[in-house]
Amino acid sequence: MNNREYGNRNEMELTFDALSANEGFARVAVAAFTADLNPTLEEISDVKTAVSEAVTNCIIHGYEGKPGKIQIRCVLERDLLHIEIEDKGTGIADVEKAMEPLFTTRPELDRSGMGFSFMEAFMDDLEVESTPGEGTIVRMKKKLGCEPFIEQEE
Amino acid sequence: MSYPLFACGGQAAETASAGSFPDNREEEVMEDRFQMIGQYLMIRMPEEVDHHQAVILSEKADRYILKEKVDHIVFDFEDTRFMDSSGIGIIMGRYRKIACFGGQVYAIHADSRIQRIIGISGLKKVLHIIEEDGHEQ
Ligand SMILES: Nc1ncnc2c1ncn2[C@@H]1O[C@H](COP(=O)(O)OP(=O)(O)O)[C@@H](O)[C@H]1O
Ligand SMILES: [Mg+2]
Repeated sequence: MNNREYGNRNEMELTFDALSANEGFARVAVAAFTADLNPTLEEISDVKTAVSEAVTNCIIHGYEGKPGKIQIRCVLERDLLHIEIEDKGTGIADVEKAMEPLFTTRPELDRSGMGFSFMEAFMDDLEVESTPGEGTIVRMKKKLGCEPFIEQEE
Repeated sequence: MSYPLFACGGQAAETASAGSFPDNREEEVMEDRFQMIGQYLMIRMPEEVDHHQAVILSEKADRYILKEKVDHIVFDFEDTRFMDSSGIGIIMGRYRKIACFGGQVYAIHADSRIQRIIGISGLKKVLHIIEEDGHEQ
């Protein structure tokens, strides 16, 4: 079975606790979800890095190490992967500033301030929606698979 | 510049990769990842370098920096298959602790993916990337 049977669309949702032990699980789950498209190793690494950055931010900055839930929604539309990663944590007052390379509010935790830069570098598109006191949604897109889309035979 | 200590098959590479350990027994396993060779602290980086691993690893590394005579640090990426910006934070944070005494940081066995991540972060300004032949990139 593959996503082409559903009109070239495939969706999944994941909700999990904001624990650092779940960072590995989250990036592997999203990578596995794309397997049907035969992404290249490079593309898999790109997606894993971007997911890891966004999920880590929810844990460290969104919930500041306190309990909370992280939600991931993924949609595959043909060869285009959409990822949404959401927390209901502190939110970001100045998104533009937060997205600058090397900007971090937690240097004492050895954060490098490169998270958003990596998401931007490894994905085709990045959007951040955030409301202080309510939470943050990171939306990313990436086209997967170098080969042109071919309809599969029965 | 040449660094014979880091040349492939040299003493450092041999001892640093001795034995293989599953990554889930975090605490005990982490101890085996650290080794002093002269004034160099060798750190065999885990398979997955993310925030979860970074917290444990940085804490252990800082204990070595306090206890032992650590002049320089060598990060060995032989086992590493994944790294995000937390890895950049580990290296930058440790470099800050030894830089005031003239300490240097080195990376060995970094594959093209890890080198790309190091490149984007601008870390190349301070991190010496040593190639398999023992020469600096
Ligand atoms: N989910 C989030 N909730 C609240 N603040 C966030 C979130 N994600 C990012 N930020 C803010 O944006 C800054 C930059 O993030 P990033 O580029 O990943 O760097 P780093 O995580 O190393 O600080 C963070 O220091 C933090 O202040
Ligand atoms: Mg981050």
